[in-house]
Amino acid sequence: MNISTAYASGRLTIYLGGELDHHAARETMQSITELLDEYLPRECALDFSGLRFMDSSGVALIVRVSRRMRELGGRVWIENPAGQTRRVLEAAGVERLVQVAAIGGKT
Amino acid sequence: MNIKNYITLDFPSNSANEAFARAAAAAFAAQLDPTLEELGDIKTAVSEAVTNCIVHAYPNELGRVRLRLRILDEDTLDITVRDWGVGMDNVRQAMQPLFTTGGEERSGMGFTIMQSFTDTLHVRSEKGKGTTVSMRRRIFRRGRHG
Repeated sequence: MNISTAYASGRLTIYLGGELDHHAARETMQSITELLDEYLPRECALDFSGLRFMDSSGVALIVRVSRRMRELGGRVWIENPAGQTRRVLEAAGVERLVQVAAIGGKT
Repeated sequence: MNIKNYITLDFPSNSANEAFARAAAAAFAAQLDPTLEELGDIKTAVSEAVTNCIVHAYPNELGRVRLRLRILDEDTLDITVRDWGVGMDNVRQAMQPLFTTGGEERSGMGFTIMQSFTDTLHVRSEKGKGTTVSMRRRIFRRGRHG
């Protein structure tokens, strides 16, 4: 997993790249938790445009990030999921919990 | 049922093998000339089934996982993921959306995703003996001849 970030005016964008499976999820969640604790953002965008693969381990990660952002009094959404990643989000019903925005989309 | 081709892979329940198992499944399925979307579905289903073995079947040790792939009747991929781990009493409960015994690192959506991405899903399990997950996915023919 590759993780990079951009921060501006209370919004932290976390770019995830690679394959988010059970093997990668624990370390990825640890990195995201550290980023949220460091920036304490009001808004967090998870940018999935670089994600080539995700399974239900990624769904669990999204749920945890969503919970952490609620604790911080902020919110999270997902940006730019493509192909396989989008199909997994749809099959798991993630949009009922977290907003999923299209390319260039905001809220 | 006409078996055109098959492979069997045995590997330890090491989480590093999740990526290997789904890549192997995709490589084997390539002979059916699947679309990218179909390949993604196959990789996802295999990843979910293999992850279940690694997380649930062998919670405190490394055990053996077997991935068998077969091509049936020219156009159907048959996927079997088997373990000899702890097994389950209640398969129906395990298959319910959001049900998990895996804590916050698991979503409870693994079987739901397997069901969404395959045509048929069967799960057999016996406490103390292990679990076998069987899935089939038809790959539609695209302009193939003969």
